[in-house]
Amino acid sequence: MQIEYTEDQEQFREVVSRFLQAKSTPIDVRRLMASNEGYDQAVWQQLCGEVGLAGTHIPEEYGGFGFGPIELGIVSEEMGRHLYCGPFFASSVMAGYALLNGATEAIKSAILPDIASGDRIATLVLDNLNNPEKVGSVLKANDEHVVSGTAPIVVDAHIADLLIVAASTSDGLGLYLVNADADGISIKPEEALDPTRKISRVSFDGVSSERIGGLNEESLNLTWDQICNALAHEMIGGAQHLFESTVEYTKVRVQFGRPIGSFQALKHRCADLLMELEFAKAATHHAAFCLATSEGEPFAASMAKAMASDTYMEAARAGVQLRGGIGFTWEEDTHLWYKRAKSSEVFMGSAHMHRERMMKMIEIAPSHNTGEQP
Amino acid sequence: MSDLSAFREETRAWLVENCPEGVKGEGVVHTGSTKVTFPPDVQLWMERMAERGWTVPTWPKEYGGGGLSVEETRVLFDEMNAMGARPPLVNMGTRMFGPTLLEYGTEEQKQRHLTVIAQGGAAWCQGYSEPGAGSDLASLRCRAEDKGDFFLINGQKIWTSGAQYADWMFCLVRTDFDASKHSGISFVLLPMDQEGVTVKPISLISGNSPFCETFLDDAIAEKRDLVGTLNEGWTVGKRLLQHERSGQGGLSPTAARPKPVGVTIDLEVDDVLKDYVNDPSITPALRDEVIDWKMRSAAFRLTQKRAGEQARDGKTPADTTSVFKLYGSTLARDRQEIVVRLMGTQGLGWEGDSFSKDEIGAARSWLSSKAVTIYGGTNEVQANIIAKRVLGLPD
Ligand SMILES: Cc1cc2nc3c(=O)[nH]c(=O)nc-3n(C[C@H](O)[C@H](O)[C@H](O)COP(=O)(O)OP(=O)(O)OC[C@H]3O[C@@H](n4cnc5c(N)ncnc54)[C@H](O)[C@@H]3O)c2cc1C
Repeated sequence: MQIEYTEDQEQFREVVSRFLQAKSTPIDVRRLMASNEGYDQAVWQQLCGEVGLAGTHIPEEYGGFGFGPIELGIVSEEMGRHLYCGPFFASSVMAGYALLNGATEAIKSAILPDIASGDRIATLVLDNLNNPEKVGSVLKANDEHVVSGTAPIVVDAHIADLLIVAASTSDGLGLYLVNADADGISIKPEEALDPTRKISRVSFDGVSSERIGGLNEESLNLTWDQICNALAHEMIGGAQHLFESTVEYTKVRVQFGRPIGSFQALKHRCADLLMELEFAKAATHHAAFCLATSEGEPFAASMAKAMASDTYMEAARAGVQLRGGIGFTWEEDTHLWYKRAKSSEVFMGSAHMHRERMMKMIEIAPSHNTGEQP
Repeated sequence: MSDLSAFREETRAWLVENCPEGVKGEGVVHTGSTKVTFPPDVQLWMERMAERGWTVPTWPKEYGGGGLSVEETRVLFDEMNAMGARPPLVNMGTRMFGPTLLEYGTEEQKQRHLTVIAQGGAAWCQGYSEPGAGSDLASLRCRAEDKGDFFLINGQKIWTSGAQYADWMFCLVRTDFDASKHSGISFVLLPMDQEGVTVKPISLISGNSPFCETFLDDAIAEKRDLVGTLNEGWTVGKRLLQHERSGQGGLSPTAARPKPVGVTIDLEVDDVLKDYVNDPSITPALRDEVIDWKMRSAAFRLTQKRAGEQARDGKTPADTTSVFKLYGSTLARDRQEIVVRLMGTQGLGWEGDSFSKDEIGAARSWLSSKAVTIYGGTNEVQANIIAKRVLGLPD
């Protein structure tokens, strides 16, 4: 199994990084988080068109690039580092993977090319973003494909053209397609702690929809894992940015006649953070390699999400604390990442949920007892 | 690649033929000490492996090594591991001093010392720490006077692991008392069997006594056993510490203990714990601790593997070894804490019928694991090194 990036993949990262560095500066992020839409249409079109990122992981037959979880991880990592604001995560990652894993061939051919090209924005409506086991407990669909219920948090629903809805039915979890402006749908933007990722409350008051497939336990968990893989990469990128900028800050800020980075309490905190980050990164890259080959451990994505959650928060806390008062101001940029760290920490399952999920997978997995100690 | 699989076939065949039953599973490992009699199978295994240079597989053939590439060495360790074979020879010569001498020794020194180490003919000990110089190692006071053909050494070393069984000591001594503290140190080698050397074992919290105080009273080191330049021994000594830490951090391919090398995360290794974890009375909080540890340890292995791939030349990395030493020792310590906690009162046995072998082992490992965050430079010192050398934080 692959354990390091190839040269091509590194070059791909360069391209993505350069684009985002130019188009997603902290000034852009501030402008977008204050706006209602939360994204820049022109940049989104470039990102989809010229750079082609929206279809990174979507197979070529559906108009995508045909890359896999590794390249998607690279894109996500760079987006996290530059705190990209836009529907990439909701549309390409969340809706894209749900469709790939659960929709009929006809629907995939009809919709995925638009997602890959950015012509239409989709989002995945899940009634629970904490735990895959709880998905389908609120949203219901009857045998006539009429969907009812409320999803309290849906990413980027306010700008979506299409809603891909997971609702429970008499035969398991069904996938439904509705236009965002269909009768009986209410999309109410909610103000969130993290203004860089917009969320809405989406209610279905008996909405006639098209059934486009379904997700069984396996494909739901796969979808969850794939989303977590992208999210964990995004978080690693963000954590890396916070870490680097914080270490740099401690080298220039002077107190007691010396740079604060010379104080041992801060040195050790930075050293600890470096280690946490390096090992969370290893786990995250491993998750991508596992998903790409369908080899390796079934729990790799949970492991990555759990470690990325803890690490990003730790980097965020240090980012504020080590800057002192300035870190608590609106002018300084740290809080942008701090808020994203917090929302990502729990989004798609907290570290605790993922550790427990991993533990259960290990218990189910057959054991080859060697009785040896490491 | 096909060359490598041919090598794997040959190696497996040879091991099947030559690995004695008595060195499979847990048990004694040869240390090269001439003062210890090893069980016959352990002795035989060491000799057979030494004949092929496989006691130190990556060392050049002319110094008694196997001349194997990093990949071949991995294959060898893989195959040894698969049959449960213990390493043929482990000591400070193979792991720390040898690799350092390969980088800093003269041709004559390498010829003289490395071959003996490779053949299991001498055990080495490390004369670094002194009563007044622990973390602040460079403040060491042990004095060496230039007597023409030799150095006359006076002073005291402490925590010298295995000194009572060692044949040789590599030692940091002060050769210039006027220079700044890092500049007047030299790296010398001295035989332990001489009048000027006295060792006195120290009892540890685990009840064992694997290390000693070492008194040097007019001890002699020959001039030809000065490694590197006079007064520049700190450079050599520091490099040796990197080899030591990389072994402790599981980095170096020449670290003797064969490890599984696949990228698959090896979680089965602590199956010992499974019964305890699956006990319905375990609290969710403790379960979470267990799984958190498993994650961290799996990520650690992945990073080791990646570091190994990046160091294709098989060289021990420099400052990043501290990352592995610090994280590895923390993991080792945490593991033992969790294990005994899982066992509850069953983790309190030292001896006796109320406790299983695993439980007694766990209690003992818990105590001995308290050393891993101290030796080879404490965790705090590793964090200092990371901050300074890896992150570039100011003094
Ligand atoms: C099992 C074992 C085997 C050993 N084997 C050998 C051997 O074979 N040869 C040999 O030479 N030595 C050996 N040692 C010694 C070991 O290297 C030292 O114990 C270690 O370097 C610490 O030195 P010290 O004991 O003097 O503690 P000190 O240096 O006195 O440290 C005491 C405490 O202060 C902290 N501290 C000190 N300086 C700083 C600082 N700048 N910043 C933050 N915290 C600091 C330390 O981290 C530690 O917590 C061994 C030790 C053990 C436990």
